[in-house]
Amino acid sequence: MRTFGIQDIWFILQAAQWTIGLSLIAFVGGAIGGLVVALARTSESLVATRLATTFIQIFQGTPLLMQLFLVFFGAPVLGFEVSAWVAAGIALVLNTSAFLGEIWRGSIQAVPRGQWEAAEALGLGYGARMRLVVLPQAWKIALPPTVGYMVQVIKGTSLAAIIGFTEITRAGQIINNATFQPLIVFSVVGATYFALCWPLSFWAGRIEKRSAALQAR
Amino acid sequence: MNYTFQFSDVLAAWPLLLKGTWITVQLSLVATVLGLVVAIFCAWAKTSGPKPLRWLVQVYIELIRNTPFLVQLFFFFFALPAIGLRWSPYTAALTAMVVNLGAYATEIIRAGIESIPKGQIEAGLALSLKPHQVFRLIILKPALRAIFPALSSQFILLMLSSAVVSVISADDLTSVAANLQSQTFRSFEIYIVVTLIYLTLALLFSGLFRLIQRRALSYPDRR
Repeated sequence: MRTFGIQDIWFILQAAQWTIGLSLIAFVGGAIGGLVVALARTSESLVATRLATTFIQIFQGTPLLMQLFLVFFGAPVLGFEVSAWVAAGIALVLNTSAFLGEIWRGSIQAVPRGQWEAAEALGLGYGARMRLVVLPQAWKIALPPTVGYMVQVIKGTSLAAIIGFTEITRAGQIINNATFQPLIVFSVVGATYFALCWPLSFWAGRIEKRSAALQAR
Repeated sequence: MNYTFQFSDVLAAWPLLLKGTWITVQLSLVATVLGLVVAIFCAWAKTSGPKPLRWLVQVYIELIRNTPFLVQLFFFFFALPAIGLRWSPYTAALTAMVVNLGAYATEIIRAGIESIPKGQIEAGLALSLKPHQVFRLIILKPALRAIFPALSSQFILLMLSSAVVSVISADDLTSVAANLQSQTFRSFEIYIVVTLIYLTLALLFSGLFRLIQRRALSYPDRR
């Protein structure tokens, strides 16, 4: 048994790199998937709408931990050996796609109907209408909740600890097993997440206030 | 793919799964009720409490919202016993859930309170209602109507994130799955079944909440 020291804080900070890496993968992959889901949900094709709705319902209606387990234990069944790192990445990308898809669907639908009709009247096709008229406006509405959702993504990566991926939470468990000083260990772990998440929360709150003020004008 | 699915072992354990499901539902319901009590108090403190209390509540909310539930759970289960607070996995899980929901619900309730026009509060005060009466009769009830959808999705989120309490073996649905896994080695099948149970619960509760919203909380209200 040793006491909690500076090298443990260093270990946690190093593990934070993995949390950040995993969060970035989840966020970038989830943004691409989310855009596809949102466009499918708002499209005129009934099949696409139904598929996207089912996808969202499954991923929003089941625990992220189960999604993680299903990828982790399911991939070998399908013939792929995946590491905890890959399994966590896949599960988080799918999960983030569903949530961002739903947030962005709301933002796309919040663009006034007249704008869609005007774009159609100008003879713009679906691609041009979305790219030039709808999405730029939806983007402004979507920014605050999207930044806010990044906090959920970062917090979600903590579940990768359960399948043995060494990010911040797992690092905390490892140190706790060695030092048995849970109070300080999990306080430092919590503080590290806070340092990552709080600036994003703060930013999200600020841009939300600003856009609310703009709309009230 | 040369894998044969075998659901028989998993399905044979249905009494255990049922019990785990019940504990998950029970934990979520109890935590929501207690968390709402915390949240109503905090929302009051944040909107009309004394300055130091307001500040304290703000710190609580920011801390909970910006750290993962798993870490909060570890904190309650491992850290607090180290300073003499000993409790069972179930109690630790419940406490973590109450504290977590309390923070999120405070913000929801506060938004609900702020949705009440100032004029109504002033009218209540002009009618010489005491501040606590104004809060209870003029703010709380109509605000509940406004925040019900947000609260119900928060309940479902809590129920789903409660899967995490299995790491301290709190006997919930996911814990049952973990135990079954070590007995039968049918991980994939177990997690498919358990995921479907969670999905059913989520759909059931969201349907139920929508029904309540339509029946009891929708306008026009002529009762």
